[in-house]
Amino acid sequence: MNPLTAILEGIGSTLQLLVSAAGYTPTLWRQRARFIEQCYLIGYTTLPIVAILSFFIGSVLALQAGYSMSNFGAKQFIGSLVGLSMARELGPVMAAILLTGRVGSAIAAELASMKVYQEIDALETMNIPPAKVLVLPRLAAVLVMMPVLAIIADLVGWFGGAIVSKYTQSIAIEPEAYFSVLRRFMVFEDVLNGLIKAEVFGFAIVLVCCNIGLNTRGGPREIGAAVTRAVVVSLILILVLDYFVTKALM
Amino acid sequence: MACSPTRNPFTDAETAAVGVSIEGLSKSFGRSEVLKNVTFSVAPGEIFVLMGPSGSGKSVLLKHIVGLEQPSAGRVTVAGRDASAEATRQQVRMALVFQSGALFNSLSVYDNLALYPREHQIADEAAIREKVMRALQILSLEGSAHKAPSELSGGMKKRVAIARGLVMEPQLMLYDEPTSELDPVMAATISEIIATLKDEYRVTSIVVSHDRELALGIADRVGILMGGELVSLGTPADLRTPADPRVAEFLYPKIDLKNPRFKKLET
Repeated sequence: MNPLTAILEGIGSTLQLLVSAAGYTPTLWRQRARFIEQCYLIGYTTLPIVAILSFFIGSVLALQAGYSMSNFGAKQFIGSLVGLSMARELGPVMAAILLTGRVGSAIAAELASMKVYQEIDALETMNIPPAKVLVLPRLAAVLVMMPVLAIIADLVGWFGGAIVSKYTQSIAIEPEAYFSVLRRFMVFEDVLNGLIKAEVFGFAIVLVCCNIGLNTRGGPREIGAAVTRAVVVSLILILVLDYFVTKALM
Repeated sequence: MACSPTRNPFTDAETAAVGVSIEGLSKSFGRSEVLKNVTFSVAPGEIFVLMGPSGSGKSVLLKHIVGLEQPSAGRVTVAGRDASAEATRQQVRMALVFQSGALFNSLSVYDNLALYPREHQIADEAAIREKVMRALQILSLEGSAHKAPSELSGGMKKRVAIARGLVMEPQLMLYDEPTSELDPVMAATISEIIATLKDEYRVTSIVVSHDRELALGIADRVGILMGGELVSLGTPADLRTPADPRVAEFLYPKIDLKNPRFKKLET
């Protein structure tokens, strides 16, 4: 199959899976145990790594900004730079990249292994659609948990920036001043834009990883190949969607 | 197709056993033709064993019956309905026992069995528990209800897979290599289970197997598939003295150390 046909087939099967899963939305209440389990896996288990990474991204941002902005006497604006960068771009993007590594890869591996070991076939013969029991709870869970992850990423990133700003000798800005500038130059829309981005990225990652997992063919080696494919496609998708969503929200 | 009643293993209710008809079935994957104009039918309540060398298309044929594969040509019907239509799976209760068992590894044995009735809201949790424990009891698996599939031996996995099928109260039960990778005693046990399910509950059974003892011991009729073609169709008695030399060679191969087969294959 040539690459263009493969891409078009991938887009087609992903959309088909989305339509199919959306059709089972009325069953979500009955599947609340699966939904809660997925919220736990997607949200709670990803939270520590998102917090650690965001803290250091905020810290490095403050450090780099302090280094260059001190040269023209603008270091008091570090709070707004870190605040806006985290809320509009780095918070949602980093949360999405971590979601890909932590959750997307696990989803692709689990569904690919279920496919290879005929568990998906078994579900189909039992007239239990995989889109209903395997895809819908994950999509619903990511819609709920992704904004939470993005908000935590924003807050921890801002906090990391504040600590570095206070304790780095060349910057030495008190947290009150840092957060005062952050509040002055930021509006609620900045945070909201970031949350919309996070929602779009998270939904796309989970959908793509589910589709790649469910379409795995062959033996155990294909499970590893499916995970690699899911991670690579998700990372590319995050950056492509980032451009288009940013443009649409401007 | 005419129907005889299937007795439900869990209640006194009787449902219609179903027949299967395969007409001119061909299937190709790319340039490789796996099934070539296969035609046969299975009567309601019958045990039909499909034998053949590895790669002869037996499992692919089974997948056509449950609608997991679409024919390239020809038609497969279950109870007179197109097997590839999704509606058929909703109207006819079919259970496929996979070669590997295909148990859900993330669920316990109990939850594997309870999944179908729970998802289809067939009964409340108390009634589901009763059904599951009854199926486990029939297969002598009561002590394994809360084990994970990874804790089970090969024979137990096969029995759990059969129990999972039984909970579906199937009208048609399909088995893919149910005795492969089992020791002779366990293979005989599985054959006895299949025959008992047929005798007690009158479920139509289609068994894909390499196991000659199983075919001769429990089948009503046996079909032999070679290279995607149905080369023999008859009763177990017919198989004891096969007319076709290919069938005779497949069923009763002689070990010839002076003139081994692999040497012939090399030349």
